[in-house]
Amino acid sequence: MKSEVVKKVVKTIKVNLDKCNGCRACEMACSAFHAEPKYSSINPARSRIRVVTDPLNDEYVPIRATDYTKAGCDGRRVYTINGKEYSECSFCGTICPTRDLFKDPDSGLPLKCDLCNNDPPLEEPMCVQACSLDALTYEETEEEEIEELKLDEMEIGLKSLIDKYGLQKLADSFARMSQKG
Amino acid sequence: MRYAETGYNLEIDLSRGNIEKVETDPKLMENYLGGQGVAAKILWDRVPPGTDPFSPDNLLIFSAGLLHGTPVPGCNRTAVNTFSPQTNLLAHSLMGGFFGPELKHAGYDRIVIKGKAPDLVYLWINNDKVEIRDATHLRGKGTHETARLIREELKEPYAQVAAIGLAGENRVYTASIEHGFSSAARGPGPVMGDKRLKAIAVRGTKDVYVAHPEELFQLCIELRKKIAESDDVGDWMAVDEDDSFHHNHFAWGNARTRQKNYWSKELQERWTRWKYDHMDRQVGCYNCPKKCVNVISWPGQKRFGYKCYGKDTYHMAAFKELDYSYQILGPAMEYGLDSYSTPQVLAFAVELYEAGILTDQDLPDFPSDSGERIRYLLEKVVRREGIGDILANGVYHAARQIGKGAEKYDHNTTKKFEQLPIKLGKLNPPYFLMIATGEKMAITQIEGSFPQDPIPDMEERLAFVKKWEVVLPDEKFKKYFLEWEKRHEISNEASCAITDWNEAMHYLDDSAGFCGFLSSFRGQFGGGVVYHINNMPYIISLATGMDLDKDGLWRIFQRNRNLVRALNVRRGLRREDERPPEDHWAVRDHEFEQKLLDDYYTFKGWTKDGIPTKETLDSLGLEYVSEDFLRRGILTGNESTPSKETPAQKDEELKSGGR
Repeated sequence: MKSEVVKKVVKTIKVNLDKCNGCRACEMACSAFHAEPKYSSINPARSRIRVVTDPLNDEYVPIRATDYTKAGCDGRRVYTINGKEYSECSFCGTICPTRDLFKDPDSGLPLKCDLCNNDPPLEEPMCVQACSLDALTYEETEEEEIEELKLDEMEIGLKSLIDKYGLQKLADSFARMSQKG
Repeated sequence: MRYAETGYNLEIDLSRGNIEKVETDPKLMENYLGGQGVAAKILWDRVPPGTDPFSPDNLLIFSAGLLHGTPVPGCNRTAVNTFSPQTNLLAHSLMGGFFGPELKHAGYDRIVIKGKAPDLVYLWINNDKVEIRDATHLRGKGTHETARLIREELKEPYAQVAAIGLAGENRVYTASIEHGFSSAARGPGPVMGDKRLKAIAVRGTKDVYVAHPEELFQLCIELRKKIAESDDVGDWMAVDEDDSFHHNHFAWGNARTRQKNYWSKELQERWTRWKYDHMDRQVGCYNCPKKCVNVISWPGQKRFGYKCYGKDTYHMAAFKELDYSYQILGPAMEYGLDSYSTPQVLAFAVELYEAGILTDQDLPDFPSDSGERIRYLLEKVVRREGIGDILANGVYHAARQIGKGAEKYDHNTTKKFEQLPIKLGKLNPPYFLMIATGEKMAITQIEGSFPQDPIPDMEERLAFVKKWEVVLPDEKFKKYFLEWEKRHEISNEASCAITDWNEAMHYLDDSAGFCGFLSSFRGQFGGGVVYHINNMPYIISLATGMDLDKDGLWRIFQRNRNLVRALNVRRGLRREDERPPEDHWAVRDHEFEQKLLDDYYTFKGWTKDGIPTKETLDSLGLEYVSEDFLRRGILTGNESTPSKETPAQKDEELKSGGR
């Protein structure tokens, strides 16, 4: 099997929970940047980053929207960190039906974080720029990844047909069949 | 489309159960900005002067500031206004946190509440869906407990809740409204309780628009950076553990005893350890990078938050240490009690007991330990139990209800309201004016742009001025400050202008929604505030689209100031009420003080009795006020401003002590 080494830029926003003061400027900035046209409205409910807040539990967790899922999980895992209980939902960015988060308030459509993909690109995503406390920091790392060139299912099928009938015959049949439609 | 504001009020009638969404006149913003300014206009229009604060006709108004919900950082303080049962005057109250911005996103600039519910209710505002819901199951519940239960029953973890506790339900005059770790004190708590409104929960998912979005957003990135990096804004007390200032200079107990050498290195180390061993983190308010609120988990207590001088008041009333306050602040927050005025009321009762005016009959099983006593009294007051029923009316009223010479122990109120427990030597003239004429009741809500003292070291003073220069409304303030030698020696002209500027910034903050720690209160310490008269007009213009310059904004301040004055004048406020506590300064000069007050009234365009003249009112577009005053005979129409009086008249007045 052939394989090759590819270089990939991995972009991420790191979250330091100890530095968050719960001000939600990240939400404000995200909603402004993703408004159409840009900055035209402010609405944290449209933000793709939300600070899960429970002051009496000293809980301040900024989470970013990841993928949409049709089904919610049971969400019943509870973690205790330094004596404070956290629901697993506090750390979960999945856009799911069990909670009212990362859905456009008008259309209900999922809102996924795109790291402020823009042309020209931003130096840092807007939420990171808005976080003056460095609870959110942006990191780009270059990672080398070995990518194996795997054949997919159709290619495996075609290859076995070529082995049996030869390439020319297969090409002729393919041409004839495509003309017939 | 309306910019910065939503253009809608939410009108609630608790007696009839009526809810209306009412579009507002855009002129209100142009004339009064929003927040407390517009609230004052509504109170003027709709609450006749004879209205008892506990009447269903009294209004309770929760206002978002004009810039709440816009990208402008640190704009989040909600104004709560009504007429206070304690002072019978306008209640000025503010709370930080998240309430105002959430209200804007729900589509409203303010909630105007009238009437009285038949039993305890709470208000649930979910965008356009607004309900008055039963709250009888929340009776007696703590403020944070109430917020938690409401969020749970509504299944709305993102709802912002403002609630009263047991104190508010029992109409204790020093009751507060609590929202997160912020609270609104000085009057609205008991009125909310009287209306049987336990809480308001808000959830908003609508857009807020501004006139020049991209410019404003870019400017706000810079402003936020500046706020985050500067030590000249925010609450320095959150990081400076040397609190000798309050402990050595403020009076303990019933604003009575100074302990000039109280603070020590050893004490500071102990207190710092108590704080940091039990502090989870420091948090901020909506869209602000500062960390003004210390969140403490003290063993055996619920988590609580405090800022500023709030940590000192209970232990200073009880002659205890910081750990005492840490044990009482959590329960007091749940009861919903103002930590500024309440401890003074309690310490006042302790003094009465020691003087034999209150006896064991009034205070059965009264403990001997000073800390236990404050705790005992707090429980009585919150429940209005026994003597607590009288003490719950605040020092001024309680003293008169108790009688037997108790009035003598009411030595620290102005306009029937507990003042900060400061007892000093020589008069600070601008402070005389601010305490006398301020209508925000607490000096912290009036002072702030001009320093309290001349900085003795000239080099330091020049360094201060260098940062401070950009915030000045006029060059003359620089001159006043640089030429200031002794605290009590400053010209009347300077005192008037300083008081005016200090006030101006608070009035603008409280209508636009800026936080005083970034603006009005903070300039005196460090000089380099982020929001000031020279950049506010541009910021407000970008957000609203109004064509506003410095002079225009200053006029809005003057309009709001005179309207608040008029509200109180119409309810009977006069010159004789403008009296700082007699013992605030040891050295007093009645004649000088009354001349200063005359000069200030003249400066403001008010009569000798402190009433805005027709000329002043009309020049600010407040003709409807002057017409009302003439109709009621408050003004006769023959007033000239004191400046136009003949010198002979002035001499006469002076001989009679100003009045």
